[in-house]
Amino acid sequence: MSRELNLTLQIWRQEGPHDDGHFETYAATGISEDMSFLEMLDIVNEGLIQDGNVPIEFDHDCREGICGTCSLMINGQAHGQEKATTTCQLHMRKFNDGDTIVVEPFRARAFPVVRDLVVDRSAFDRIIEAGGYISVNTGAASDANLTPVPKEASDTSFDAAACIGCGACVAACPNSAAQLFTSAKLAHLNLIPQGQPQRFERTESMVETMESFFGSCTNHGECHEACPKEISLDFIAFMNRDYVKAKVKNRKLAGQT
Amino acid sequence: MAAPATSPPGSTPIFRRKWQLPFPLNIYQSSIGRKWVMALTGIGLLGFVVVHMIGNLHIYEGPVQSHEYAESLRSLGGGLMPRTFLLWVLRLGLAGMFVLHIHSAYSLKERSRKASDKADFIGGEKKYHSKRDYVAANYASRTMRWTGPIILLYLLFHLADLTWGWWLGDNYVLGDPYHNVVASLSNLPVAIIYVVANVALVIHIFHGTWSLFQSLGINNPKYNELRRTLAKLVAGVILVGNLSFPVLVQTGLIDDDNRTCDVGDVTCLEHQAEKH
Repeated sequence: MSRELNLTLQIWRQEGPHDDGHFETYAATGISEDMSFLEMLDIVNEGLIQDGNVPIEFDHDCREGICGTCSLMINGQAHGQEKATTTCQLHMRKFNDGDTIVVEPFRARAFPVVRDLVVDRSAFDRIIEAGGYISVNTGAASDANLTPVPKEASDTSFDAAACIGCGACVAACPNSAAQLFTSAKLAHLNLIPQGQPQRFERTESMVETMESFFGSCTNHGECHEACPKEISLDFIAFMNRDYVKAKVKNRKLAGQT
Repeated sequence: MAAPATSPPGSTPIFRRKWQLPFPLNIYQSSIGRKWVMALTGIGLLGFVVVHMIGNLHIYEGPVQSHEYAESLRSLGGGLMPRTFLLWVLRLGLAGMFVLHIHSAYSLKERSRKASDKADFIGGEKKYHSKRDYVAANYASRTMRWTGPIILLYLLFHLADLTWGWWLGDNYVLGDPYHNVVASLSNLPVAIIYVVANVALVIHIFHGTWSLFQSLGINNPKYNELRRTLAKLVAGVILVGNLSFPVLVQTGLIDDDNRTCDVGDVTCLEHQAEKH
């Protein structure tokens, strides 16, 4: 028999982007410890709907921890206190019976609240549009291993590519900076041969787009702690180096490398 | 959920660059470039703090050696250039680094404040409506925007105290730094100001020394651990060195007794230094 929890929830309710929000208190009773945090919210919403109230809006999609749609500041931490875990993978067994849980949306000026706990993270899309891709003419599939990639580079690039773009880094950052997200997206492509032709152009353009939306990094390291994919701060240093390199380079003469 | 009828303002840039300055000034237009400037000037200022602390250790050798050290600073560059010329070049360089360090810090703080919700005015840190739980941010990193202004105020106090001798009055003897330090630090409230300000300085340096490596992209898993160690070492050395002066003057281990030259007799110090 799984344990059952009775919880008090303090949840941020906000009608729309231009309304003042406020906390509302809900009781979540008979919550199975095997539920995920989002399933617990589903139960609360079911109760709200049955009583004829407006359910709590929150973002979710795959519920497997890989899509980056779920968010939530849970007790003052992005995706809750569990390390390397998204909200959908956070299980209620991590909480105790009788706990009060405070749930707030991710906050930054570039992440306006759409409703309740849902925020608009499309600023991240603007950063990706600025250079988070490689431009190649597609044709017939090339031979496997045609482009040699050093094992270490491919591993590190893969670590960076693990970023799901959930925005926890921005939410956790006291400066609302998006350095961890942008640097992960840059390192993902800049570390491997396929990304080299546009490496510095990409860095300049993505960094400058990022800076038009977000604050400035002060190297606290909160983003890394909040990141459900444990993206390393090392990528931020890599981005800082590449950005100034990109500015100093004359790409007509030096090519990209 | 139905899509919102009007798209929310999430895609509207908060900051726009009005124009692009010519190279290399355009680097300073970006936050990352400003962090570079903050880090590079930080290295320069840190170098000054370390050298200043080491130079001050001449106090332990006595009034004559302190005078000799101060004089050697004024005659830097030897006969190649006029007396105090090189010293003034260094002073102006330091002042320039201070201005850049403060400007980059202040403007980036403002950027972060504007990019955040509910950010407080001075610290510029984003606030949540509920209690925020910090994991990695330490006391030093979170107080940079407080220790910074404290250091600036302390710097002005320190200059007025020991460079210009504003409130030591007749007790301030130009050319006798040993005596001036003893006269200033034997006053308990002044000694307390020095202790508090230097603790703030060390806290600032502790985060800064680590942070500058990140800002400049000096990062390699092979030596990343050493960056924290270096920050602890530098902060520790400065803490011990700088706090030793007010503490030892207060405890009476450094005082104006047993001087070979009378207080105010700078000519005597010069003679002794020549013999030395």
